[in-house]
Amino acid sequence: MARAVSPRRKLMNTTFAWAIGLLIFFPILWTILTSFKTEAQAIASPPIFLGFDWTLENYSVVMERSNYGRFLWNSIIIAGGSTILGCIIAVPAAWSMAFVPSKRTKDILLWMLSTKMLPAVGVLYPIYLLFIQMGLLDSRAGLVIVLMLINLPIIIWMLYTYFKEIPGEILEAARMDGAGLKEELLYVLTPMAIPGIASTLLLNFILAWNEAFWTLNLTAAKAAPLTAFIASYSSPEGLFFAKLSAASTMAIAPILILGWFSQKQLVRGLTFGAVK
Amino acid sequence: MGQIQLKQVTKSFGETQVIPPLDLTIQDGEFTVFVGPSGCGKSTLLRLIAGLEDITTGHIEIDGKDATDLVPAKRGLAMVFQSYALYPHMSVRKNIAFPLKMAKLDPAEINRRVEGAASVLNLTDYLDRRPGQLSGGQRQRVAIGRAIVREPAAFLFDEPLSNLDAALRVGMRMEISELHKKLDTTMIYVTHDQVEAMTMADKIVVLQAGVIEQVGSPLELYRAPRNTFVAGFIGSPKMNLIEGAAATEHGAHTIGIRPEHIDVVEDGGTWQGTVGVAEHLGSDTFFHIHNTGLAETITVRAIGDVSLTHGDTIHLNPRLDEMHKFGADGLRL
Repeated sequence: MARAVSPRRKLMNTTFAWAIGLLIFFPILWTILTSFKTEAQAIASPPIFLGFDWTLENYSVVMERSNYGRFLWNSIIIAGGSTILGCIIAVPAAWSMAFVPSKRTKDILLWMLSTKMLPAVGVLYPIYLLFIQMGLLDSRAGLVIVLMLINLPIIIWMLYTYFKEIPGEILEAARMDGAGLKEELLYVLTPMAIPGIASTLLLNFILAWNEAFWTLNLTAAKAAPLTAFIASYSSPEGLFFAKLSAASTMAIAPILILGWFSQKQLVRGLTFGAVK
Repeated sequence: MGQIQLKQVTKSFGETQVIPPLDLTIQDGEFTVFVGPSGCGKSTLLRLIAGLEDITTGHIEIDGKDATDLVPAKRGLAMVFQSYALYPHMSVRKNIAFPLKMAKLDPAEINRRVEGAASVLNLTDYLDRRPGQLSGGQRQRVAIGRAIVREPAAFLFDEPLSNLDAALRVGMRMEISELHKKLDTTMIYVTHDQVEAMTMADKIVVLQAGVIEQVGSPLELYRAPRNTFVAGFIGSPKMNLIEGAAATEHGAHTIGIRPEHIDVVEDGGTWQGTVGVAEHLGSDTFFHIHNTGLAETITVRAIGDVSLTHGDTIHLNPRLDEMHKFGADGLRL
């Protein structure tokens, strides 16, 4: 039942929510603003908020100096590839744990989650060596595999919770209707779990897009995505905040736009099943 | 064809045996109802037949062929679930067509059968709606439609009417009975409602704790219950089961007399008591009677509206020829 909220309280809640939202958004806003300043204005003290000479120079320098398109394409391939590959593995895995659980299912789920508690740097060395051995260093395929593995526990966990919400009788009905495992997954389970699957994939795509530790350590030039593109602007020649900001803005813009257009889907998926 | 045979079937969940060794034959074309209180194993038994649960030991034969290890899809059975279990993302048409699509039938044939089932079940106008846009009764009809298009060897119904309101339940009960007459296919129907069992079944299987207490036609069970459990379970209101001196008098440990087999008389009578609750239904009146000198409250059904109310004295005469006698082991004498 809805609780009665006084207009005053509602105003306070709204103001508070906006304040938190702005606080979170401020660094991004500051980066975007800085990208339009000159290098001198970017490091001016006290900082200049809006009253500076707007310039697109940083963008043209960045575009001139590096091949943005290649980084962007790598990011798309790596984030997209790891998401699709993860989905192919996670859907059947989550299905089996949700619908034919064994005594150890809970343990497996916890174990999978525990791998996320391990600091990534702890396995950097062995993975780096493996990559050299297998010739995967600085390759998109290698990054697709690593990012898929890193995010797999989260995808499986999320899908598992969505699948748990689907009544078992519907799947039994499908089995009675002659559906094999493949048809059951394809025609019944997946369409019913679409909101959940979509938000999981979106989240995974965003996580993979923003992943910097592995992409920086395992790539050099060929497979470098946008994270490496940003990092290339914090070079030993000195810090160029305005250019760094321009590069950052260009790197985050695609994912920001994707997030903006899919926010409804994301919120719906993340709260899917919370309210019946 | 749809003869189903269970041979020494058992089912255990871990250490707990829910179905002790059980033999049962369901003849082709028969409407069999599994009835019993909650937790008696009737739904489990149905799920074993469907193949949704694996049996622990024993064999299941469908049309003389061993189906014990067959997956549900290969058994040629169709099931209607209590929750309807419709596919919420598909239209009514797609729901009904789903089993045919799985059987890889030709689209024209699928369409023909879906239209046929829809017209039998009065669903023609709703074919393009989603299950969420239908009422409970319509959803149940879609579930039945999905079952009949397959032309299965037998239909399995798992408490299909318990989510419907009382009026709708009576209507759907008739529809299912008529469907059985029309299709002449084996049907197994699970319910805890003995009225459904009595009105629909050719054969009733009364279960308690996984054990078959009695198998027979509704009237056989009504007229000659094998033990006190069946006597108390079949019939509404329940049979009066009386122990003690009144029973010993008739050479039994327990005597059973149905409420409709006790006559209300002006005076005299075998038993006298005070009316507790009187339920006036118009066509009948049910009296619950205390202070008869018996340990049990007696329920009596009087035809028509008898104007006795709470606290009135009532005189009763049980019909001796309708009396059931049971021994100390609960079995019929």
